Amino acid sequence: MYGKGILKGLSVTWKRFWDTYIEDISWLLRGKKRYFTEEGIRHRSSKDTKGIFTIQYPEERLILPEEARYVPFLVYDEGSEGKKDVRCTSCGICAKVCPPQCIWIVRSNDPQTGRPIPEPTEFYIDADICMNCGFCAEYCPFDAIKMDHDFELASYGRSVYNMEKLLKPAAYYAGIRPQNYAREEEARKAKEAAKAAKAAGAVAPATS
Amino acid sequence: MTTPISPSGTLQTSTVDLGARFPSVVSADSRAGYKGWMIPKENLVEVATAIRAEFGFDLLSSLTAVDYFPENKMEVVYHAYKTTGGPGLVFRVQVPRDDPIEVPSLMDVWPGVDFQEREAWDLMGIKFIGHPDLRRILMWEGYEGHPLRKDWKEPFYEEETKPFKSRWPDGKFFLAEEKNPFHDNLKFPQNFDPEKWIPEGEALLYGSLARYTLKNEEGLNTDQIVINLGPQHPSTHGVFRAAITLEGETIVGLKPVVGYLHRNHDKIGERNTFLLNMPFTDRLDYFNSMANNFGYAIAVEKLMNIPVAERADYIRVIMAELTRVQNHLVFIGNLLNDLGAMYTPALYAFEERELILDIFEAVSGARMMCNYFRFGGVVRDVPDDVMQKIKDLVFERLPAKTDEMDRFLTENEVLVSRLQGVHVLDGETAVKYSVTGPVLRAAGVPYDIRRADPYSIYDRFEFDVAMRTNGDLYDNYLIRLDEIFQSLRILQQALKQIPQGPINSQKPQYQVRVPAGEAYGRIESPKGELGFYVVSNGKPNPWRYHVRAPSFVNITPLEQMCLGTKIADFVALFGVLDVVMGELDR
Repeated sequence: MYGKGILKGLSVTWKRFWDTYIEDISWLLRGKKRYFTEEGIRHRSSKDTKGIFTIQYPEERLILPEEARYVPFLVYDEGSEGKKDVRCTSCGICAKVCPPQCIWIVRSNDPQTGRPIPEPTEFYIDADICMNCGFCAEYCPFDAIKMDHDFELASYGRSVYNMEKLLKPAAYYAGIRPQNYAREEEARKAKEAAKAAKAAGAVAPATS
Repeated sequence: MTTPISPSGTLQTSTVDLGARFPSVVSADSRAGYKGWMIPKENLVEVATAIRAEFGFDLLSSLTAVDYFPENKMEVVYHAYKTTGGPGLVFRVQVPRDDPIEVPSLMDVWPGVDFQEREAWDLMGIKFIGHPDLRRILMWEGYEGHPLRKDWKEPFYEEETKPFKSRWPDGKFFLAEEKNPFHDNLKFPQNFDPEKWIPEGEALLYGSLARYTLKNEEGLNTDQIVINLGPQHPSTHGVFRAAITLEGETIVGLKPVVGYLHRNHDKIGERNTFLLNMPFTDRLDYFNSMANNFGYAIAVEKLMNIPVAERADYIRVIMAELTRVQNHLVFIGNLLNDLGAMYTPALYAFEERELILDIFEAVSGARMMCNYFRFGGVVRDVPDDVMQKIKDLVFERLPAKTDEMDRFLTENEVLVSRLQGVHVLDGETAVKYSVTGPVLRAAGVPYDIRRADPYSIYDRFEFDVAMRTNGDLYDNYLIRLDEIFQSLRILQQALKQIPQGPINSQKPQYQVRVPAGEAYGRIESPKGELGFYVVSNGKPNPWRYHVRAPSFVNITPLEQMCLGTKIADFVALFGVLDVVMGELDR
């Protein structure tokens, strides 16, 4: 029959059209909210999603996976009296491995001893040039630079981030990437324990 | 309809001995790390004809040039393959690097070299003698110099290679745009005045299209008109222009104009270190960043001669096939968009694509610019919950949704009457013009690199090479559906077989050591053969980095495809080539 194919196709769109309402009603009957809740958003981006698929940004937001990466930030540990212990040692690996070369690090020397200070004096990231590749975070040996989850970067001018803008506490990092943070802390503790054991081992024979 | 092809043909090694066939003429390339045959330019056409006609290398995959600046030599490298499968043949011509650099054109042997020769002329300045239309293709006419030569420097030139010294340890921050754009490394033609500049390229372009038939068959005075479709046109999938000569509604001449998005990806790649190129490959065909990563990783791994961790190999295949599924779904949606079925099929396709991109985001951190592959493996393992998500999609949702797409569109009478019988290409022409990918397979040539020259672990999976025989638009549509089902088959096997283990055979390192030599890594990207030609001289940066982009080579026979069809079908004919401008213009 001529027109059968069209009718077959229309049945697909017809079903898709009603799916939204059927889903809505079934969520309503179960007493759950399909919109503006985390559960609803998760369901809409799962394999069982049916009917309406869109997320009403900015009222609703997609739940970012842990590995999501946007412009990097620098991690600092909170020391005593609110002192910021910047993890960065200005080793320069991030600047070397940056594909668009958007990281600038200024290292300075201690005026008294003349030896280089590990902590960078200035740290710039040209966020407009950054391609969010994540190499800097991947190859940083000190877990000092990490990729952010903040993707709302619109601005009226050029976005060149300096240290002040880049520094974020380790607690923030732990908040956006709990699994990575836990894994790194564990590795760090193991390393420190090994170091302590080695030091104790090295000291012990001398004293005995 | 699918045709199983036995992979046995791929096991044989290349037995071609050009040296025996052309004793005093051809010599084997003796440089360390190089393979193939060196041919004097006087004999090139003769030897190439024999390679095609006698040895059966009917598909010229890639033509590119390398500037061996220190040796004062320019080299043109050819990679030829058989559509029946098996390893390829590399042959090359070396000429002194003094202008004019002249090499005979192989247009009469493989017409598919057309655009690639134009590209080599444009970027390297090699004159191909005998090429009928040797104009610049990616840069604008009137551009001074040939940017891929090693002595050419770009505006904002800072240093020969990355990493730049000004970044560390005493970084002096500056905005790129603050640097004088008219520094002495920016070259303009002498006495260039943009106000008075007459684009001679346009005159050449329209001149090549002009035909002076004033009377048609019935003796009626007629006039042909030249129209420009694009560069800004919703159906050209980006900035692409086709200058078309029309006789009434019928296309009688067509010249594609590309390069609007050109950023000299090759030059950027040669400035970068090997690893730094990985995120740049994402930006080639931004629909298939995983496939691009795959091709580049394979090329460099060949050069480094390192193995890939087994689990990583499976992850790579899973990601590449998921990429293919979403690419083909979006292709179908966009094709329907081009045909006038605005948005409904495209958005249905995008739903599934979103779910696949969610997986990419969970493993790599980005939806489109994945940057997921590393030499020897991948960045990070796929977590168990993501693996479960992939399984849910591959075993449950995607087969059902592809079926739904099939029900939704395949038998639709409007679609069928619009697509069926509109001829795209026949197999012979497609091979002649180096067309690869679904377009070639829809024309009845079952050439799929996953079978013809298996890379990675594709020889472990059971799948059929999708093939259709009519070569019309409808077959080009159907073959995408076939390929989705075959990809799902591969995915299902890979997900069942995937072992535990490390995900990289190498230690993570930000600078890899790559021995001197050359390598050509190619994969079956969803759009065709994606090749990366990489030459290393042992330094941290590639000496030559070339992308053989399927989109770019596949538009070579665009004129042949469109001659004699109606202008209204152009959009669909161009649409089935499935080009992405990021890759075409590079």
